[in-house]
Amino acid sequence: MENIVIIGNGIAGVSAARHIRKLSDKRIIIVSAETDYFFSRTALMYVYMGHMKFEHIQPYENWFWKKNRIELVRGFVSGIDTKTKKLSIDGSRALHYDKLIIATGSKPNKFGWPGQDLHGVQGLYSKQDLDLLETNAPNKDVCKRAVIVGGGLIGIELAEMLRSRDIPVTFLVRESSFWNGVLPEGESQMINEHIKEHHIDLRLGTNLKEIIADENGRVKSIIIQETGEELPCDLVGLTAGVSPNIDFLKDSGIELGRGVKVNRFLETNIKDIYAIGDCAEQHEAIGNRRPIEAVWYTGRMMGETVAQTICGNRMEYRPGHWFNSAKFLDIEYQTYGWVFGARGKKDYEVQFHWRHESDKVCITMAFDKETNKFLGINTFGIRMRHEVFDRWLTEERDADYIMEHLADANFDPEFYKQYEGEIVAQYNANYGKSVKTKKKSIKRIFQLN
Amino acid sequence: MSNYDRSMALTGQPPVTLSRNQKLATLLGMFGLAILLLAAFNVNFPGKATWLSISLMAISVGTIWFSWDAYSKKEPGIKNDGVWFKSISSKGFWGWIAGIALTGFYIILYFYPEYLGLVSGGDNKGVIGLFDPLSKALSGNPASQWFVYGTLYTVAILAFGIKFIWKYRHNRYEKIRTFSVMFFQLGFAFLIPEFMARLNGSSVLNGGSLPYYDLKNMWPLNYYNFEGYRIKGFLSSGDIGFAMLIFGIVTIFVISPILTYRFGKRWYCSWVCGCGGLAETAGDSFRQLSDKSVKAWKIERWVVHSVVVFVTLMTTAVIYSYLGTDTSKYWLTKSTFLLGVGGLLTTIFVLVMVFKREQFQKDAKYGAIGYFVIIMALIGFHYFSGEGNVFLFKSETLRKSYSFLIGSIFSGVIGTGFYPIFGNRVWCRFGCPMAAILGFQQRLFSRFRITTNGGQCISCGNCSTYCEMGIDVRAYAQKGENIVRSSCVGCGICSAVCPRGVLKLENGPLKGRIDSNQVLLGNDVDLMNLVNQK
Repeated sequence: MENIVIIGNGIAGVSAARHIRKLSDKRIIIVSAETDYFFSRTALMYVYMGHMKFEHIQPYENWFWKKNRIELVRGFVSGIDTKTKKLSIDGSRALHYDKLIIATGSKPNKFGWPGQDLHGVQGLYSKQDLDLLETNAPNKDVCKRAVIVGGGLIGIELAEMLRSRDIPVTFLVRESSFWNGVLPEGESQMINEHIKEHHIDLRLGTNLKEIIADENGRVKSIIIQETGEELPCDLVGLTAGVSPNIDFLKDSGIELGRGVKVNRFLETNIKDIYAIGDCAEQHEAIGNRRPIEAVWYTGRMMGETVAQTICGNRMEYRPGHWFNSAKFLDIEYQTYGWVFGARGKKDYEVQFHWRHESDKVCITMAFDKETNKFLGINTFGIRMRHEVFDRWLTEERDADYIMEHLADANFDPEFYKQYEGEIVAQYNANYGKSVKTKKKSIKRIFQLN
Repeated sequence: MSNYDRSMALTGQPPVTLSRNQKLATLLGMFGLAILLLAAFNVNFPGKATWLSISLMAISVGTIWFSWDAYSKKEPGIKNDGVWFKSISSKGFWGWIAGIALTGFYIILYFYPEYLGLVSGGDNKGVIGLFDPLSKALSGNPASQWFVYGTLYTVAILAFGIKFIWKYRHNRYEKIRTFSVMFFQLGFAFLIPEFMARLNGSSVLNGGSLPYYDLKNMWPLNYYNFEGYRIKGFLSSGDIGFAMLIFGIVTIFVISPILTYRFGKRWYCSWVCGCGGLAETAGDSFRQLSDKSVKAWKIERWVVHSVVVFVTLMTTAVIYSYLGTDTSKYWLTKSTFLLGVGGLLTTIFVLVMVFKREQFQKDAKYGAIGYFVIIMALIGFHYFSGEGNVFLFKSETLRKSYSFLIGSIFSGVIGTGFYPIFGNRVWCRFGCPMAAILGFQQRLFSRFRITTNGGQCISCGNCSTYCEMGIDVRAYAQKGENIVRSSCVGCGICSAVCPRGVLKLENGPLKGRIDSNQVLLGNDVDLMNLVNQK
């Protein structure tokens, strides 16, 4: 029987294991240095905030693995011998594999700041990071102020976590507005305001110069590059993005770039070794995607795809229409298709932006200047139906059609305030159109005929 | 594991710590409770009406003040910070204390009302005596332990309802739903029956007297509705009484199936029902304590359906016991009734087995067949043997044991007393025969479902954790499946706590409602087809 070994028990590795099991009887072994069981990484924040206990963020009960004959090994893979097909694991015997899937995820970026390895300086990615945060910032007496460096999704989550324990937070964002490398201006502005509503000291256009230690090698303060200001603090959160966690592969002979280089079949340069999830790097970016996609959903899709290949149906990784979501403090964000921030905005892309006058609700729809073709939508504070937007993208609908049928895509809970009327009125005003909104139709939504 | 200090103290660190306002509010509420406690120990308050008002006001204002301070200063949004750090809401010390106190209260209420001051045929004393003025003002009669309980129950739903509305003020579904349970509790469960009692003996009722009747309370939740004394009461009260008896039958056989078909059982369980009302308001802080394991689900299915069988047998026996045998006196006789019950159950059983067979799991099929055979055997056994006790036991024995085991112990002592230990819907999930019948309809004949939004789930677990019915919502959502479960009461909290907008409660077409496709949108279309092949 073939031995399939998967390094990493995150969403990518576990999706691969589950689907291999569905398709075959192969022996499956998952090795993880992080935890005994799979957990939802994106939910770590809720454990610190007290919304859930760690056991709640484990999607499967502990008996699941044995029942599905997925063997779990706890240990750190220190090296791979690709000739003899052996993994050496710290604290465990070597493992032989017939096929190997590398799904080791990411690690927080550190950009060589002076003092970045002091006590009290940390990222937020792993279970170990969460445990460390409980030590570094258990409450507002031990941690009188925290400084977060890096204005992305993890940064704002860390800020929300610390605020739940009333810890004062200063949030250093390099960009001129929060996450505006990705978000269009109006949306980014709205999130800036919302961050301040949560009493977070947001510093835009601000960089970290260095981290100063006290006599015990603990963080004492940080210096801001632009102003030279010294901010006393007990915790520095480094949240300036993540990069593939592949240091252990340096001498393995597997081709590495920033991540593990893979082709469209998720195969590395060495036969029978695959890489999926955050740590995989495509030779060529797929469509508008980045070569490395550190997103929950893409990890899952790559896991499903590689399972097909391993079970005899060699398959290309061909993700469908781009989608993503996040939550910025109290504001939910969803995106379908492509809407770019100012920096990445395409020449052919027109962006229609609408924001409610008082509620923290807004949308941005991108469409093609020439053809009026719908390219994508960002929504803040309005939930949208994935199925409907996925269909519209496939059918290559135009912007007018989207506006006309916007009510079909609404996924907010029943009785919620509807904004379609206002949105379309502004669309008409902006572009001199006379689109009329159609009422929500169950028939269209569920494609009944 | 989190090494957060799970302190027993009321102080401690945020988010557990209480603000000064919250401490004062707690003090005020405790003062209100202390008055009731003192009254229970026969401290005689001069001016009962005044002291009762002070007590109820203190409890209400304390609760509302506390929640105002906890929620109003924060941005609208999910307010679950520190839920698992607070000892009251995480089965800690205060959780157990609250559980023991509530359980004790229920035991005294159900079995030793004399300790609360109940005096039959004289002036009430103690805490029941304290409620006499209010009871007399409403119905004209002295209070009973049930009046005291009803009043406190209503106060709890109203005060904690306001708390709940504050907590979820960004969510209109939750706000409207909570207004609804507050309205039905105050109007239908509390005031209307009290006012109706004033009519007893009046000419409107032809001089008859109606039994205490909460109109929204259907059989089998009010398992006693068709007992002999109530039927006599209804029939003695002219057209109104007769209309109410008919209404009682129509609600379960006509109104409830139609509403459940259109909206799911939530129209009742989380919008109207009093048990649900208390669970959703006063019990909201304990919703995360329900057991989500597959094992708990298995136990739930056996226990709750056994209660349905029990209540059906019991009610049949009770009605049977007071029916006559002479067709010339009244068309409904013992034997036509038994035949009717047998016929109805057979029809339902056959229809379900023919049309919905494929939707049953193996154990559900065995269970259904087993129970059906037992019921029919008992009915047949009796029918052909003629006289004797129906179903081997005296109907009175059946009625008494049901009332004791299910009506008192399960729904009260365990169902509510154990809120802080097993979660706020223990009764609704494991014990309520009404919920089981509505759930059966919801699973098989309803437009209601919780739609999963394509591929957006990140398996975080908020939905499962905060499901009061112990449904592992995430298990469906992460596969892209809709959630169609008989136990879902449609409270909407899974959808509310979802950080990625994945869940939506909705009434849609029957086609494609239960899709067991393990495909997640956003994938390669060919791969989706492959993954979907079974």
